[in-house]
Amino acid sequence: MKKTVIDFLLLDNKQLNKDNFQLTLQSPLPVSDIFPGQFINVEIKEATEIFLRRPFSILDVDYEKQTIALLVKILGRGSKKLTEARPGQTISAIFPLGKSFTLPDQNDRVLLIGGGSGVAPMLFLSKICGLKPENVTVLIGARSASDHIDVTAYQSYGQFYYTTEDGSLGEKGYVTNHPVFTEKLNQYTKIYTCGPDLMMKAIGRKAIDTNIFCEVSLENMMACGFGVCLCCVEDTKTGHKCVCTDGPVFNVNDLKW
Amino acid sequence: MVNLGIKIHNLDLKNPVMTASGTCGFGEEIADFLDLSLLGGMVVKGTTLKHREGNAYPRMAETPSGMLNAVGLQNKGIDNFISNIYPRIKDLDTHIIVNVNGSTIEDYVALTERLNELDRIPAIELNISCPNVKEGGMAFGISCPSAEAVVKAVRKVYGKTLIVKLSPNVTSIAEIAKAVEGQGADSVSLINTLLGMAVNAETRKPVLSTITGGLSGPAIKPIALRMVWQVYNAVKIPVIGMGGIMNATDALEFMIAGASAIQVGTALFIDPTIPVKIIDGISEYMERHKIQSVNEIIGSLQC
Repeated sequence: MKKTVIDFLLLDNKQLNKDNFQLTLQSPLPVSDIFPGQFINVEIKEATEIFLRRPFSILDVDYEKQTIALLVKILGRGSKKLTEARPGQTISAIFPLGKSFTLPDQNDRVLLIGGGSGVAPMLFLSKICGLKPENVTVLIGARSASDHIDVTAYQSYGQFYYTTEDGSLGEKGYVTNHPVFTEKLNQYTKIYTCGPDLMMKAIGRKAIDTNIFCEVSLENMMACGFGVCLCCVEDTKTGHKCVCTDGPVFNVNDLKW
Repeated sequence: MVNLGIKIHNLDLKNPVMTASGTCGFGEEIADFLDLSLLGGMVVKGTTLKHREGNAYPRMAETPSGMLNAVGLQNKGIDNFISNIYPRIKDLDTHIIVNVNGSTIEDYVALTERLNELDRIPAIELNISCPNVKEGGMAFGISCPSAEAVVKAVRKVYGKTLIVKLSPNVTSIAEIAKAVEGQGADSVSLINTLLGMAVNAETRKPVLSTITGGLSGPAIKPIALRMVWQVYNAVKIPVIGMGGIMNATDALEFMIAGASAIQVGTALFIDPTIPVKIIDGISEYMERHKIQSVNEIIGSLQC
């Protein structure tokens, strides 16, 4: 599918917990070939202080209904405004943008690690990676039980584990403190992660040390989302790369981590 | 049917709408969204003699009605442009103008000589106004003698249309415009970004890695309009206006103030289809006001 400026129709805006909302947008055009890690750049209307679009990763796609789902976490004024949008409203967005995660091979055993709103592409990946559930492990970290979103719809795609910083759900601590990560990492042939920078760096460095394939999805601040402003660059081993077009997914071996 | 054609020196543009350097890549990046042959012209990414990595991240800060950037002319250099990019874009049915940058006058001259050889590059935009590089760039564009020196040197080796992009970070932009006109510039384009800054109060640190950066977007439009009007009244060569143009009305305001053509820049980040909407909007305005030729709008401000 080529990059397009689309006026989506907001079908549903569901509050998942205090800061997280799930928005379902319907496209007037067919949506096709959308993969986890790709993103959408959304215009925030009726807010003059918010000048640029806001990028969000794709949580899910329904090709038949031509809908895409986004996980929107309130981080600032832009995301806050978007969560106030009402069904029936038109939402302009540039879509689809960026390169996706490399889909695993049939005999891979994968570990998907999501932190905060980084859980969105991990859930999407668990759904479409095409592996048997026993070969898919999803590890999700959040501050507290109330910050975790309901993943029931995805639970049949893999084995799910949780961490919270306060111990209110799953293991206490960070994802990198969980036994799946500390003790069983060598069971996996591929690690995929999306979340806070520090979390991804800790995961990425361990993957480099243990020589396991690892892809991370970066979130550098961007203005355009399609490779013309050159603002979102990451300093990689081969120079500055645009997170929006060369990424957002990078193999850790290409980064200066 | 209205006539949108305009002339910049001996360059015939099918309409006055161009895309600004640093906001449309080399055209290919926005080709999914936009039929590039509809553009009056396209000023491609600022090019230097040698590969430049640009400044460190973070390079961007969103500001009220605008943004700051500190990209610092990241580009792969002229050799890469000539061997890899030019062959792919040269047959586009629009004028491709290369934005030329240097740290020294010798750089500008060497780069211009290379571009002079390319048949499908009918013009260059001499950038003496980039605020985000340590050497050269804006330093040439903020005093009359240095602006004159670089334009004089480039004019000697360049026979095609020479556009000079001016900095707004000066006391009198009209004086600089007159100075470069005096050295043979065929047109001036303005304004480049205004030097600005963003601070994070929580961390007490600058938002940009370079501390300062260039402000663009609607926040700078009134300043850009004022400068276009001042320069239009000071020089005889055509003025290309830019600075915060987001729609056809903005574009028309610049033309009324004296711009023969306009460039859309930051607006492309938000809507890469905007040039076509602006071209259509200008046509619609002309029909509504019974204007036959877009030239009738240029400098039509009634004070």
